[in-house]
Amino acid sequence: MTTATHGTLHVHHHFETAEQQYQSSKLGLWLFLVTEILLFGGLFVVYIIFRGLYPEMFSQAHHFLDRVLGSVNTMVLICSSFTMAMAVRAVQRSESARASQLLLITFFCGLLFMGIKYLEYTHKFHEGLLPGIHFHNAELTHPKAALFFSLYFMMTGLHGIHVLVGMGLIAWMIVGCNRGRFDAHYSTPVELTGLYWHLVDLIWIYLFPLFYLIS
Amino acid sequence: MSQEEYRMPEAVSYLNSPKGWKSWLFTLDHKRIGMMYLLLTMVFFAVGGIFALLVRYELLTPAPTFAANTYNKMFTMHGAIMVFMFIIPIIPAALGNFFLPLQIGAKDVAFPRLNLASYYIFIGGALLAVLAILLGGVDTGWTFYTPYSIKTATAATLVTLGVFVMGFSSILTGLNFIVTIHKLRAPGMTFHRMPLFLWAIYATAIIQVLATPVIGITTVLLVMERVLHIGFFDPAIGGDPVLFQHFFWFYSHPAVYIMILPGMGIVSEVITVFSRKQIFGYRAVAYSSLAIAFISFIVWGHHMFVSGQSELANLLFSLLTMLVAIPTAIKVVNWTATLYRGSIRLGTPMLYALAFLFLFTIGGLTGLFLAALSVDVHLHDTYFVVAHFHYVMMGGTVMGLLAGLHYWWPKMFGRMYPETWAKVSWGFVFVGFNVTFLPQFMLGRLGMPRRYHEYAPHFAGLNQLSTVGSWMLGVGFLIMFTYFLWSLKRGAFAPANPWGGKTLEWQTASPPPTENFHQTPTVTAGPYEYGLKAMGT
Amino acid sequence: MMGLLGWWFSQLSLPNASNFSLAVDRLYDFIFWLSVVSFLAIVLMMVVFVAKYIRRREGEATPYIEGHTPTEIGVSAGLFVLVMIIFYWGYRDYMQMRTPPAGAMEINVTGRQWEWEFQYQNGRVVARQGSEPPVFVLPRGQNVKLILQSKDVIHSFYIPEFRVKQDVVPGMYTFLWFEPTAVGEYTVYCAEFCGTDHSRMLARARVVEPADYETWQREWELAGVKSAWERQANAAATKSAAAKPTGPETIADQGKALFATKACSACHSVDGVSGAGPTLKAVFGHDVALADGSTVKADENYLRRSLMEPAAQVVKGFNGGVMPTFQGQLKDAEVTALIEYIKTLQ
Repeated sequence: MTTATHGTLHVHHHFETAEQQYQSSKLGLWLFLVTEILLFGGLFVVYIIFRGLYPEMFSQAHHFLDRVLGSVNTMVLICSSFTMAMAVRAVQRSESARASQLLLITFFCGLLFMGIKYLEYTHKFHEGLLPGIHFHNAELTHPKAALFFSLYFMMTGLHGIHVLVGMGLIAWMIVGCNRGRFDAHYSTPVELTGLYWHLVDLIWIYLFPLFYLIS
Repeated sequence: MSQEEYRMPEAVSYLNSPKGWKSWLFTLDHKRIGMMYLLLTMVFFAVGGIFALLVRYELLTPAPTFAANTYNKMFTMHGAIMVFMFIIPIIPAALGNFFLPLQIGAKDVAFPRLNLASYYIFIGGALLAVLAILLGGVDTGWTFYTPYSIKTATAATLVTLGVFVMGFSSILTGLNFIVTIHKLRAPGMTFHRMPLFLWAIYATAIIQVLATPVIGITTVLLVMERVLHIGFFDPAIGGDPVLFQHFFWFYSHPAVYIMILPGMGIVSEVITVFSRKQIFGYRAVAYSSLAIAFISFIVWGHHMFVSGQSELANLLFSLLTMLVAIPTAIKVVNWTATLYRGSIRLGTPMLYALAFLFLFTIGGLTGLFLAALSVDVHLHDTYFVVAHFHYVMMGGTVMGLLAGLHYWWPKMFGRMYPETWAKVSWGFVFVGFNVTFLPQFMLGRLGMPRRYHEYAPHFAGLNQLSTVGSWMLGVGFLIMFTYFLWSLKRGAFAPANPWGGKTLEWQTASPPPTENFHQTPTVTAGPYEYGLKAMGT
Repeated sequence: MMGLLGWWFSQLSLPNASNFSLAVDRLYDFIFWLSVVSFLAIVLMMVVFVAKYIRRREGEATPYIEGHTPTEIGVSAGLFVLVMIIFYWGYRDYMQMRTPPAGAMEINVTGRQWEWEFQYQNGRVVARQGSEPPVFVLPRGQNVKLILQSKDVIHSFYIPEFRVKQDVVPGMYTFLWFEPTAVGEYTVYCAEFCGTDHSRMLARARVVEPADYETWQREWELAGVKSAWERQANAAATKSAAAKPTGPETIADQGKALFATKACSACHSVDGVSGAGPTLKAVFGHDVALADGSTVKADENYLRRSLMEPAAQVVKGFNGGVMPTFQGQLKDAEVTALIEYIKTLQ
């Protein structure tokens, strides 16, 4: 999967070899991703419970989400995952300039995603489709509809924070690439950022049908 | 063996090199980070202990001494501080940090910077909690049950945020330990040659990584509920107040094992070393830690037998809870069997390990009463539960911690503690503990509910006994704090291996040099290779 | 040692005052003695080993004993059998606690910060008098079912002498039942922390002979004592003139009046004939087939949910969305009254 010939330049004192350090970082990140999944898992469980309790409310309320914007956002994130994967590949081939460009595209995809989310959120705020007791929409009359929007804002909001963190990491990687810090011998940070970004995408892939595509 | 090698006072160690407070605050050395955790968590232990003494003082008489709200805040702060700021972090983050790399023969944990970051995240969370105390405290009980925790006017938001932040510290520490154990073991250190303390820390770390994110999201939901009224736990708009309990216990039950498993690990170390015996059933003890960690995830509902959850759920949770008894009993039986034909030295660490065995057995057995459905209906939310919990957590974990503190004190500081005072203190703690908590079993059996700030006169006698016990405990700990502080400056210099331990931490100087070992050790045998095969196997 | 245990036991005598007390105590005693034996076994072994194998000189040789797999398996298997016995025993007794017999006398209990209120079937309400906890009266030997609800936070209804406890949760009904077996007065505690005066949220259960209970109720009926709540409900009912109660009004009567004023009868018959909605005759306590193919037992929580979210569990053969929700329209007490009325339609 990866090169076994990592340089010794970046090996911290407490590791014996670069390979040991690389394997440790990777295991660490995978464990971190597990905790992320469990963090979102808690919210997915809340979703399942309330959807089970009020199925008809969910199918009513989801019509108030914009399917077009949601689909566009899904496409944007899938594209960004693709460019992220290409960027990792470029780093592993020591093509820093190309990697930097691909990372930049990924970054802008993230930005676009957040821009669209901003549009959606302001629209919901305007219509009174708000969480909990703040909900006040004249058209959506179901007495429990506030719960749907509580879930919507909690889950997409938490996801949005993760996108922002991912964008920060990508920006950092771009700087690193431009300074020539990463190459075939040392690509761990870019690889790990890539893994994190894929997880963030993956979570959206679940969020999108659960909120926008309830039939 | 380096038993005769005495450290010179001016020897270079992690304690004095490099010098200066900055070199401590920004250190990446796992030993220094462990020390800083130890200091902080012991301070919280003292604060939580003072709250405990105040709680017991209130209960000295049936009539109220403090105002009800003051009392409610005191027991909440006692519980929250002891659970989240003392007993969960202290063994893994303080002793684990210090001894995990030493015991596997590594130079440090896998991610030293992350380790330091966890420490400051912990401080951040703790500061939020302390701020909450300064702003008037919180009165929900450490369990934060909704909807009361949503309605209370006290500083519940800050405390739950603090728990959220401290949870991250716990997750990152656990993650760091798992990677360290998997990737940084010295040559020859196979999993089955690892000291049992590390098996316990490993099982603990798994729980920390898998369960803590759930309390994270639960506390976020609670904060959102308080700030934005999102309604998940509010029945008025379709939420479910009992849902919170499921989320809370899904974390907090495994968290009970985060608290107890490391204590069990220490007891395994101390009993073998002080009996000069191979542990009886190494694999059984090691795997039972993992079994306990696994079962801990599927028994949370036993806290909710009378909450209105379905009879079917109660059936399953009661059945699964019964299974916890088996790996737990395996451990107790194996520890006892290890003593058989040993060469037993009753040093203070061993006295605490035996106290653990004595008290934890009571704690474990009284768990059976609470796992049995019909009996739990009667005992739930009474002082029986309080006593059971303290027998497991204080009789178990804290005794294990004290065993470990005395056992490793010479290694950590290069000084011996005074043995006579340590035994006097042990006597106060052991007797005081039983005088405090045995009467509480009886109170619970008689039906005194917990979290009562005034009570019927017929509960008075037992309550007074319990309060007197708490004073004995207080004296015991006061002596201990005093001689520990005294020994830092005045204690006799410790040899590298005062107890004749076989694990790797005893093969380096006391206190260890910054890089732990001058040469990476190579391991060729198990951790407790005592005894002569000729004398019987 | 035995003297100490004897003293322990004498400390632990809690009166047996319900049909469950003895069963719970029997299992308690079983676990207790099992624990005493296991504890003594471990501690005796520990003490004997420590005394016998105490280190007499440094560098003593010890045998190399790795373990004994049959011991581990034996301990595990033996313990497994024991804990399964405890589990089954506890479960069996518990299920009895969860299965109220038919014909039990029902009392509606409401918990709020920080008091209990009891409402009998005949409409009699027992509430706190000033700072004195309410005293509610029970006939000895009669099965009693308490239907519990909370107005604010979670409480827990606990009578130690009866060995019963049940959390009282806002937004749903919970229940417990028992048969008081000994005349006397017993304290009801709130066992779930509920705020400032949690420890003062008490009530008294006074168990009397059945004849005395009848007298207690008749005296009230004759005196025409009515609680503030009942007067209020009467005022609401008399406005419509649909039902003018004569004599003391039971909860079911209040429900019947509400049934008319809220126009429930427009869609729901009480005689077995289906209208726009299903009939309510012989519904309570029976299984109801739902539109989605599942069945549900029509208990208090089902009826409550049908009032609050009519579209959630629609009866087979009817359309959801026809019935309006009564969320926010009915007070908790009114919902309880309607349910009590529906219970009478058998």
